Amino acid sequence: MAAGERCAQVLNRGLTEAFETRADVYLLGEDVLDPYGGAFNVTRGLSERWPDRVITTPISEASLFGVAAGMALRGYRPILEIMFGDFVALGFDQIVNGISKFREMYDDQVTLPLVVRTPMGGRRGYGPTHSQSLEKFLLGVPNIHVAATSECHDLVAMLLDAVDLDEPVFLIENKVMYGRSQRRPVDGRIDGLRCVEEPGPFPALTFSGNDFGPAAATIVTYGGMLPLVLEAATELIVEEEVFCEVVALGRLLPLQLDPVLESVARTGALVTAEEGSLTGGVGAEIAARAQELAWADLRRPVRRVAAADGIIPSAPGLESARLPGVRDVMDAVTALVAAGV
Amino acid sequence: MTSTAPDRTADATLLAGLYRRMYAIRRFEETLLEMFSQGLLSGTTHTCIGQEANAVGVIDNLDRARDVIFSNHRCHGHFLAFTGDQVGLLAEVMGRETGVCGGKGGSQHLCAPNFYTNGVQGSILPVATGIAMAEKLRGARAVTTVFLGDGTLGQGTVYECLNMAALWSQPLLFVVEDNRYAQTTPRELAVAGSIPARAEAFGIATEALDTTDVLEVREAAGRAVARVRETGGPFFLVLGTYRLSPHSKGDDVRDPAEIEAWRTLDPLRVAGSRVPEAERAAIEAVCEDELAAAVAAAEAAPVAGAAA
Repeated sequence: MAAGERCAQVLNRGLTEAFETRADVYLLGEDVLDPYGGAFNVTRGLSERWPDRVITTPISEASLFGVAAGMALRGYRPILEIMFGDFVALGFDQIVNGISKFREMYDDQVTLPLVVRTPMGGRRGYGPTHSQSLEKFLLGVPNIHVAATSECHDLVAMLLDAVDLDEPVFLIENKVMYGRSQRRPVDGRIDGLRCVEEPGPFPALTFSGNDFGPAAATIVTYGGMLPLVLEAATELIVEEEVFCEVVALGRLLPLQLDPVLESVARTGALVTAEEGSLTGGVGAEIAARAQELAWADLRRPVRRVAAADGIIPSAPGLESARLPGVRDVMDAVTALVAAGV
Repeated sequence: MTSTAPDRTADATLLAGLYRRMYAIRRFEETLLEMFSQGLLSGTTHTCIGQEANAVGVIDNLDRARDVIFSNHRCHGHFLAFTGDQVGLLAEVMGRETGVCGGKGGSQHLCAPNFYTNGVQGSILPVATGIAMAEKLRGARAVTTVFLGDGTLGQGTVYECLNMAALWSQPLLFVVEDNRYAQTTPRELAVAGSIPARAEAFGIATEALDTTDVLEVREAAGRAVARVRETGGPFFLVLGTYRLSPHSKGDDVRDPAEIEAWRTLDPLRVAGSRVPEAERAAIEAVCEDELAAAVAAAEAAPVAGAAA
């Protein structure tokens, strides 16, 4: 990994490696051809090297998911780039009534090795229809994997693992993440925090500011929310001398609960932090399961940090007021501490 | 209906074979409806009674070893014409372990080698487009056929897929079975403009015919399949037809006189009247025996989920 390499470039390296190592990998998406190379430049250079395997498409998201599914049913490994995560909404019939169904309803006569890559997230002023974090809607869809990339994850490995899996994988990327440097653990640490990485594909990362000594709470998060949560955890140490563990999920579906439960067993309290809106969110699912499985460990109700329900406004001040920030995460933890965790 | 009939005396064997397959489909579906009315089946079904000439006439042109079909909710005729597997389909509809999808799919979610169906209108076209792409990439010279109805033309994915199939020159045969009704809604209340013109607007070759004569369907589909195979590009075949059965089981609000008038064009009558009576009776007897055996085999199969 080149020092300071941006996440978009790292993903581009992952795609390049997938194309180099597997002849059955094709990429479809809008505006993915060179010299443009995708709206966020993640596919740049691919169509020059593999003009037959990079297919630029009409603006037809309602069908593109199905086209990818058809290719996958017949032995290819398509990667579908959806330019903005918001546009996944157009493909929901294909996702729910096709991609989710084929293998199981056809009694395992088929496999569906396809990857959907798409960026979610706001904080760039793109407004209500280009800023959402809609991955929570995928959590109710069986037979798919939802993987959440972050700047601290091994993005090349995640991409290659997604391509290698014989099942549909939605690889959730993040628009802000694309432009940030990838930060991988060096000697088990990222920016002074201990970082333990699970083995296996789409691993969770667990962070600690005091080498897994006593901590007030576990904060579980993923994706573009991770750097804000790490900042909040660091600020809590500096400002309040409060230590937290942070679990950064690499996979939302099937839900990766073990690292969360293990951390909660140590800390006794749980905060969920996500950029998507509160109601019916990822945090709601985690909270429900944590209370079933870790009731004995939890000393306080689970607290959720999320975007307020409603649209994500365009104006920067309005947008940041709507989306969860560093201070919101800190407040959730200090409220738990004040309540006597 | 067209008045130019092909020379039928030339191939009596062909006609008898086509009649046999249509008769088998008809009796299979009549049996399903009887079983539903007797409470022997649960769930739902959509029969193609009256439309059998399309399934049999189109699919007779396909190469089962390499060509692919994606069909819709009204798929029994296509399935039987392509696979001939009555036991597998009946067991599937009956929820038996030996069903083609182990009882998980039921009537409208079927899978067999090179054959797929799904139950949402318009949902199957994108997947069929992807299949056609894959087969072309593989260099299989395969024809992928997707069956849709006049009702499906209300879905936007139809037009996205016509665009992509033309744009990327995919070997995809669109077969529109225009049976004049979307469930209960007459075509006039749901479809504006010309049906073939929809595909022509994308530069796709089309043919439209109004017939329940299986030989005419077979010939037209033969031209369409040959063209897709030769050009590697799409074709849009519109088959005017009529569904004599209800949309599903008992949900028919059409004027009985209208249905009765269409019975004169029942494809079994149109083809059967040209098969010598003794031969026809023999064909029908064989089909009845096969059907009875299929029913017995499916009934004897273990019920899916019974052990759980």
